Amino acid sequence: MDLKTLTSLSGVSGDEYEVRDGIIKELDSMGVSYECDVLGNVIARKGNKGPKVIIDAHMDEVGLVITYIEKNGFLRFATVGGIDSRVLVSKRVLIGKHRTPGVIGAKAIHLQERDERNRVIPSDQLFIDIGASSKEEAERKVKQGDYVIFDTEYEELSDGIVKAKGLDDRVGCAILLEVLKEPWEDINLYAVFATQEEVGLRGAKVAAYGIEPDMGLAIEGTVCADIPGTDKEFQATRLGQGAALSIMDSGSIPNRAMLKELIRLAKENDIPVQFREATSGGNDAAAIQQARAGCPVASVSVPCRYIHTPCSLMSMSDFEAAKQLVIAFLKSVEGGFRP
Amino acid sequence: MKELVKKFTEGFGPSGFEDSIREIIRKEVEPFVDEVRVDALGNLICFKKGNGGKKVLLDAHMDEIGVIITHIDENGFLRFGSIGGVNPIIALGQRVYFENGVCGVIGSERIEDPKDLKLEKFFIDIGAKSREQAAEKVKVGDAGAFLQTAIDLGDRMIAKAMDDRIGCVVIVEVLRQLKETKHDIYAVFATQEEVGLRGARVAAYGVEPDVGIAFDVTGTGDTPKARTMDVSIGKGAAIKVKDSSLICHPGLREYLVKLAEENGIPYQLEVLESGGTNAGAIQMTKAGIPAGVISIPSRYIHTPGEMVDLDDVKACIDLCVAACQSPLDF
Repeated sequence: MDLKTLTSLSGVSGDEYEVRDGIIKELDSMGVSYECDVLGNVIARKGNKGPKVIIDAHMDEVGLVITYIEKNGFLRFATVGGIDSRVLVSKRVLIGKHRTPGVIGAKAIHLQERDERNRVIPSDQLFIDIGASSKEEAERKVKQGDYVIFDTEYEELSDGIVKAKGLDDRVGCAILLEVLKEPWEDINLYAVFATQEEVGLRGAKVAAYGIEPDMGLAIEGTVCADIPGTDKEFQATRLGQGAALSIMDSGSIPNRAMLKELIRLAKENDIPVQFREATSGGNDAAAIQQARAGCPVASVSVPCRYIHTPCSLMSMSDFEAAKQLVIAFLKSVEGGFRP
Repeated sequence: MKELVKKFTEGFGPSGFEDSIREIIRKEVEPFVDEVRVDALGNLICFKKGNGGKKVLLDAHMDEIGVIITHIDENGFLRFGSIGGVNPIIALGQRVYFENGVCGVIGSERIEDPKDLKLEKFFIDIGAKSREQAAEKVKVGDAGAFLQTAIDLGDRMIAKAMDDRIGCVVIVEVLRQLKETKHDIYAVFATQEEVGLRGARVAAYGVEPDVGIAFDVTGTGDTPKARTMDVSIGKGAAIKVKDSSLICHPGLREYLVKLAEENGIPYQLEVLESGGTNAGAIQMTKAGIPAGVISIPSRYIHTPGEMVDLDDVKACIDLCVAACQSPLDF
């Protein structure tokens, strides 16, 4: 399944059904076995000899959930996962299973007081307008608890640069699917398509407990701020400069031997890599590392500009590099690498 | 003991980079235990066989706070993030060293208002004249520790990384003194405490002890205009009541108090209002483990000049030995 299809699916944390169904269909057509656990993780399996290795990508994306329907038909919502309130106003959204279109509204500039213009409207003061004039009318299309995704088209903006919603972490899901196309034998490969990462690594935590792996590799879409006004030392990653290797984040410090091996493999195979030059943020590697008696982990990421917004940008060359590096790493494990 | 304090505190081991300090500790502890292993997160787990007693986990973390290089600029200056809680006011002007011996000093951009003292404004200068020259010595992702030698003040010592190498000293001394023990002792020299009790959590899961006791430094209220805290250095082992990571098992706490009184070991009770310990992670393991902490009072925690009183250290050792030789029925 390509990135276009994957990013078009709806999968706000806790509501990953569409993504999961899509991935399951793909796994079926690929002839890859899998199971689903209680928290909705899809765990695909390949190979049955050697160490148990998790490669993890999360299916969920940041979004909104409807909390209340006003008498006059406007919808109140809460954010799911980390969303900057500044990016919400005037965005088009799709609500619920039937993808009811709506727009996040706010008072027009003409009617704003001077100080209103200078402050960010917090998300609890925003609302979604679906064109309904009463609660009853709204309720014919949506209900409390419906999840909301951003209405963003996947597009190739220029050669190899794509724009989409949910690149974090459908890009990881796409890489996992690619990796599963390879023949794997001397490794017990567990490809975890995880749920609820954006709300606290919840899917990966139970998946890793169930699997009890010997090693874990998180595949992520990660921050990238190579944009005007950001000094080089605070850019974290740069678009088109290769797969990003984490040095430390707020959830985990990568196993040193694994990180060293990833760097070595990148050099040996001419795969472009860069360090993720930041220590903030976190990903499923943290949960995998802490499962049961612990396991060594590392993270390989694809830089995504404007992550956690309705539309982020990514370079297909970074995607390719991350994919190649993950495959090279797993082959190295087959060849005997141990952290 | 002073030599051990010096050796351990001067060792290199920011969280996630404990390989070097682990070998130093391993060498000291190996003669006194039956088995030594290193788990998936790098914890050093030492087993001393008992005789039909309980499984007792003694924990001290071997990691220390430090810095990690995030960026090397074109002039060879290193930008960095913190490993664990590094206070900018204290970091400025400090010397740091990397595992390969490269040293540098922490400098800052021009700052007008002290409120702007933030690590983002700082850099490490290793004397490189260009990015290329710096890159020959260090790379992004390398960790650094604060550079300070240990100073012997007589009854007291100053060193970097007393937090928690002094706990490691306590456990090594306990194992040295414990000729025979009824209980199976699992001494865990844990990794990654400063970034979230990560080593202890998985070590405790692997060991699955009946009782867990952590040894770590705690703050004091005995310096001029200090925040109120009824712990002082020189007044004995601090038996923890609670901190922000756990409420210590009341039975174990009372048991330790009773042991201290029976054996004439100086002790004080400790309530730490902010900060946590590995006991917090140990307590929540599997279906729950009774856990407690014997703290070594320390001034100036998370600075390169942490001060402890060696009489307190001795009291902690004595209390732990007494505990290991007692039935631990509480």
